Amino acid sequence: MSVTTLSTHSVVARQPNWLVRLFDYKPFLIAMCLAPALGLLAVFLTYPLGLGIWLAFTDTTIGRRGIFVGLENFQYLLTDPLWWNAVFYSVFYTAVATFGKFALGFWLALLLNNHFPFKSVLRAIVLLPWIVPTVLSALAFWWIYDPQFSIISYLLVDVLHWRSSNIDFLGSPWPARFSLIAANIWRGIPFVAISLLAGLQTISPSLYEAAMLDGASAWQRFRYITFPMMMPILAIVMTFSIIFTFTDFQLVYAITRGGPVNSTHLLATLAFQRGIAGGELGEGAAIAVSMIPFLVFATLFSYFGLARRKWQQGEAND
Amino acid sequence: MTDTVAQGSAVAKAAPDTMAWDSGLRRLMMIYLPLGCFVLILLFPFYWMAITSFKPNAELMNYKENNPFWISSPTLAHIKHLLFNTAYPHWLKTTMLVAIGSTTLSLIASTLAAYAIERLRFRGSPYVGLGIYLAYLVPPSILFIPLATVVVQFGLFDSPIALILVYPTFLVPFCTWLLIGYFKSIPYELEECALVDGATRLQILRRITLPLAVPGLISAGIFSFTLSWNEFIYALAFIQSGANKTVPVAILTELVTGDVYQWGALMAGSLLGSLPVAIFYSLFVDYYVSSLTGAVKE
Repeated sequence: MSVTTLSTHSVVARQPNWLVRLFDYKPFLIAMCLAPALGLLAVFLTYPLGLGIWLAFTDTTIGRRGIFVGLENFQYLLTDPLWWNAVFYSVFYTAVATFGKFALGFWLALLLNNHFPFKSVLRAIVLLPWIVPTVLSALAFWWIYDPQFSIISYLLVDVLHWRSSNIDFLGSPWPARFSLIAANIWRGIPFVAISLLAGLQTISPSLYEAAMLDGASAWQRFRYITFPMMMPILAIVMTFSIIFTFTDFQLVYAITRGGPVNSTHLLATLAFQRGIAGGELGEGAAIAVSMIPFLVFATLFSYFGLARRKWQQGEAND
Repeated sequence: MTDTVAQGSAVAKAAPDTMAWDSGLRRLMMIYLPLGCFVLILLFPFYWMAITSFKPNAELMNYKENNPFWISSPTLAHIKHLLFNTAYPHWLKTTMLVAIGSTTLSLIASTLAAYAIERLRFRGSPYVGLGIYLAYLVPPSILFIPLATVVVQFGLFDSPIALILVYPTFLVPFCTWLLIGYFKSIPYELEECALVDGATRLQILRRITLPLAVPGLISAGIFSFTLSWNEFIYALAFIQSGANKTVPVAILTELVTGDVYQWGALMAGSLLGSLPVAIFYSLFVDYYVSSLTGAVKE
């Protein structure tokens, strides 16, 4: 990487003839242009990915090189109720949060697709939860979920008189799980809404006109025009959303750290707890690797979404 | 679903004068009311964060005598505590340094890569593009454990340089795809003219393609800056000493102490930590929206 910057610099500075010609030689230029990006990705992405898979088969701890132990880590995980618990909550968290994000996000996108004053201002405001550092908004949620001074409890108990006692959001497993999911949905709505809004705006109005002339109802227009036209972009956005929800770390780490009694551990937080905090790098890596099958599944989902998109585009544009 | 009614009629431009009063009411119920709820819920945590940072502790802990939605005697005590009794300014500086460093590095790397893939067209360039796209799908949660050992091997543990070098792993794929899209929109004829006039490829990139791709570069830059500012898991795993932490990590690990949480200081820290990206965002809203939607459509 430093080689490239150096040699580019010298071209500008001295302009020796052979260097100029070398940089006009296409294969060399291509190699030079790709080197920084591919170099960075190879050293800090591909290599660690392979190393992680290798570590998962060793008993490495912090400060001690491990030896190959075969499938021992995975065998241990299969008997570990905490791992099963984390798998269950990761899947549950992803399923419920993705459903919530897409239902509400699609609704918000449809609302934003109308004409009304201050539309661009509103669109900017809506994206705010996505821009702000997740940990910092998670802290705000932690404070909102406070057992004693929760503003939601205050509203329900003292203002609306719907309940007689404060809600213990994070003190017991199921409320804690749903509280985290609510925070995740809150954070995910903007991304889904703005991406889907972009998709909605590409649907040609003439399709709706034609359908209206044929007497299609509002529901039919949504079901047979909006929804199929949105399918490709829905598939892509959903893949991203599933991948990053499944591997989520920040929200859970900031709000509950896996508690109460380890009920809200996601695979990522469990991997962190065992691998970095507990020092069992091999076991942590095995937990991280156990996420890969789920992610491959999600990526294949995206691939078929993309394939369908090519077919819809026709041959006119490439 | 009912929204498509309004959408359909707005699209069809069916004589706006005939809109009866009850369709106005309907619009109110079907569009403005839900929109209002959305905005209220999406913004409330920020309002709550802001109002908590200026409340004196007595008010924070007493909802019976004070209306929690308002401050009766605002105070700057929490912010003062943050700025003068903690290393907060230092954390801000580290975060800024890391964000700027990794953004610069990824912009350079991804501009060159995108140019090679989109404009130098070689055999296999679509596959390189696809490979970089796939790199974006590898989440940090899988990588942080092996990356921690790599960082230790390089002797960069506990150093912000580790973060500057590691953040491009998720910034470069994103920026490259964004820039490929931008380069596509620049007419190839311009480059051909320059080639005919005897310009070298690097001259073309510097004098013709890059100036035309400035909006794309700005989008990629502000996006990278935001993403690196917000990054958490690598910063948590690779940085040990309190002084070198980035803002999101430091607030969570240094300010959360003991059983009694300093909510005022915590929220003030969150507010101050969010402000730089929020200000950045407000200056470049259109770039954000276009890069977000552009990257998804790509």
